[in-house]
Amino acid sequence: MSAAEPRDPLVAVENIHTYYGKSHILHGVSLQVGRGEVVGLLGRNGVGKSTTLKTIMGLVHPHEGRIMLAGKPVTSLPAHKLARLGIGYVPEDRRVFRLLTVMENLRTGLDRHGVTDARKQALLDKVFAYFPVLAERRNQAGGTLSGGEQQMLAIARAMMLEPKIILLDEPTEGLMPRMVSQIRQIIEALHREGVAILLVEQNVPLTLAASERVYIMEKGTVRHHAAASELKVDDAVIHQYLGV
Amino acid sequence: MDAVLQFLEAIPYDQILIQTVNGIVTGMILALVASGLTLIFGIMDVVNFAHGELFMLGAYVGVVVMAATGNFWVALILSTLTVALLGAALQLTTLRPLIGRDPLTTILATFGVSLVLQNYALWQFGPVARKIQEPFTGYFSLFYLDYPWYRLVIAGLSAAIIGGFWLFLKHGTYGIWIRATTQDRVMAQAMGIPVPWVHTFVFAIGAGMAAASGVLFGPLVGVNHAMGLDWVLKAFIVVVVGGMGNLGGSIAASIFISLLEAYASIWVSPAQAVIVSFVVLVLTLLFRPTGLFVPTPK
Amino acid sequence: MTNRHTATYWIGFSVILALLVVAPLVLPEFWRRFLTEILIWGLLAMSSDILIGYAGMISFGHSAFFGLGMYGAAAALLMVRPPNLWLAIVYGLIGAGGVALFVAYFSTRLRDIYFAITTLIFSQIFYVIIFTWTEVTGGENGLTFSRPALAIPGLFSVPFTSATLHWFVLAVVAASYLLLRRITQSPFGMVLQSIRENEPRTRAIGYPVERYKMVAVMLSGLFAGLAGVLYAIQNRFAAPDFVYFLVSGEAVIFNVMGGMGTLVGPIAGAGFFLLLRELFSRFFTEYYLIPVGVIFIAMVIFMPQGLLGFARRWLNQ
Repeated sequence: MSAAEPRDPLVAVENIHTYYGKSHILHGVSLQVGRGEVVGLLGRNGVGKSTTLKTIMGLVHPHEGRIMLAGKPVTSLPAHKLARLGIGYVPEDRRVFRLLTVMENLRTGLDRHGVTDARKQALLDKVFAYFPVLAERRNQAGGTLSGGEQQMLAIARAMMLEPKIILLDEPTEGLMPRMVSQIRQIIEALHREGVAILLVEQNVPLTLAASERVYIMEKGTVRHHAAASELKVDDAVIHQYLGV
Repeated sequence: MDAVLQFLEAIPYDQILIQTVNGIVTGMILALVASGLTLIFGIMDVVNFAHGELFMLGAYVGVVVMAATGNFWVALILSTLTVALLGAALQLTTLRPLIGRDPLTTILATFGVSLVLQNYALWQFGPVARKIQEPFTGYFSLFYLDYPWYRLVIAGLSAAIIGGFWLFLKHGTYGIWIRATTQDRVMAQAMGIPVPWVHTFVFAIGAGMAAASGVLFGPLVGVNHAMGLDWVLKAFIVVVVGGMGNLGGSIAASIFISLLEAYASIWVSPAQAVIVSFVVLVLTLLFRPTGLFVPTPK
Repeated sequence: MTNRHTATYWIGFSVILALLVVAPLVLPEFWRRFLTEILIWGLLAMSSDILIGYAGMISFGHSAFFGLGMYGAAAALLMVRPPNLWLAIVYGLIGAGGVALFVAYFSTRLRDIYFAITTLIFSQIFYVIIFTWTEVTGGENGLTFSRPALAIPGLFSVPFTSATLHWFVLAVVAASYLLLRRITQSPFGMVLQSIRENEPRTRAIGYPVERYKMVAVMLSGLFAGLAGVLYAIQNRFAAPDFVYFLVSGEAVIFNVMGGMGTLVGPIAGAGFFLLLRELFSRFFTEYYLIPVGVIFIAMVIFMPQGLLGFARRWLNQ
């Protein structure tokens, strides 16, 4: 491992084993994300990348292992508490609330205790600046948006939580190239703001460009870990694990 | 031509109009009961067998508060609040432990609760029916009948309660939370919405609505421990016909079925008129199983 | 299936059977009848177990099957002179079977909750019909009739005593158990269980799931009807109360308390429930359902496998 893992990580996943029913999906996954870091998670379909994100988010609980957030164990906390503690989640199929308007979708994350109206407005302004199309469609139902617009809504919605880390699950899947570069810009903007990102992707070039470090998973466990810069040069590893 | 005229003359217009009003009145109460049931099912996949008993307990609390204060409206409000709290307590103790288990266990648990509540009422209040006094008497003439104003007030109040709740759902943070949780429980959690508490809250609301129906309906019939059974059955039929989890559908279905039953009772006895609702159910299951008023089958 | 297992199982079965045979000779009259009732309700619960425990379908329709079995037997005993035991059974089974066919046709397309609610409503449909069709069914008051003799035409005819009735019921219930056990262990039974575990997959493999479900409902209905016939013979009356869906509810309670998917569990559950009822009636009179109901809820939450659930695997081998 030539890329150094952060000494005081924001999120530390320690040897988790997760099951769906009787299926043993994660066989001891360990990884870390530092504060403000962009970390990539690559691997073929079905190796357990999404399950890893879901476990961090508290949507499934591991049978073994620990999840640490800012040094504190949060393994058994329910998802809604983790969201409040600063983990944002953008799932693989976007999952916008189809029957809620764009504005109401945003409010599911915006309406929190202890946030002043001024701060809420500032958050909305920021997000509408990033995604002007959402401002246009703010009173439309989420289900009427196009695929790309829904992806933007899903990211904007997570941003409403003012998270310390956002878990992005295949954000560019099914999107046109123009939108893919828009996603890349969003990731960079979030990085500039100091939000950490754990990026699961099938799009290898995007991941290598956007991330600082990359983990590669195979068959439910992490097989390789390197700095993105190294992997850009040494694509034998990529070929080996991803067949790309 | 004569035969047609004869036929038209033989139609009992006055009875039909009276039964239309009756049907709408009963339909609105049924809508209030069924709304709670369909809400609970839509958000947490729980078939609340005890819903009829919450209706019944609401009526009894109404009786007790009436006896103490003599004020119908106080009885209505206190009953709604008390049974809502009871509903929350029930959900916390018997339904929360069952989250994640086979959904059929919730049917069993709520069935058990309904047995306990029914017999509790029988124990506390005895088998003799009690009465709730209408808040006001007063009639207007509807053909040969003196039709009580109170019945129209019930329909209006039920509509107001349902309407008020609908407004609550459409605006405000908690309304958004409830709608989001109903649509996608998992994503709602990931957005920080405290889903377990939303469930408890919605169950309490459903219970409160059932209780309010009980108090409103109380003056029309006697209040006794078995009154919940008939209503829960009808409410289930309404929820299936209207489309499970579909609030608008269950309201429409409530009125539709109540009207049909009211018309049927012109010609057959009330005990046999219930067959109408069964027939509607069977037809719905055969031809439009997702619900009579659901536009596109999923 | 080891030989030792088979031996232990049959020894256990024989011991219990022997105890039940001897029981009426040593028990006082009240407990004798009590035991017979446990067996009859146990049969009803066992029939319900086919659906709940093996096919994974909760049904509240058993009161209809039970009730129609009861009324079918009543019809035979009232219409045919002299009252014939076997005819009563046949009529009862036809009655229950007819209802089961009706329910099966409508309900098996529906999944879980819809199925449960629909069977409940069908139960009530039959209740209303029986309750209001006074000319035929006696309406609210039901029908009374005399008990037929235990007869094999041409050989002998001897009226039932309390003890011989008990043995007859025991024989029927034991035979039913063995038959049902055979069926649940057959390929048919295996498919049912696979439907319970994972219906979409079973369907994907190519099994006509609806047809299997219909057969399961028919089977269940027939044995529930048989229980109804036995009840009619024992008590000499038929009443609409037994068609009310609460009777189905009680069968489900016996299933949960005794252990679903075990076939004998429900009989134990029936015994447990009736004993609790006896016990609590002493203190709570007719409100025994309050503590018993609480126990039931607690069992659903904390002990969902029921009394015999721990032995489920063993009993099914």
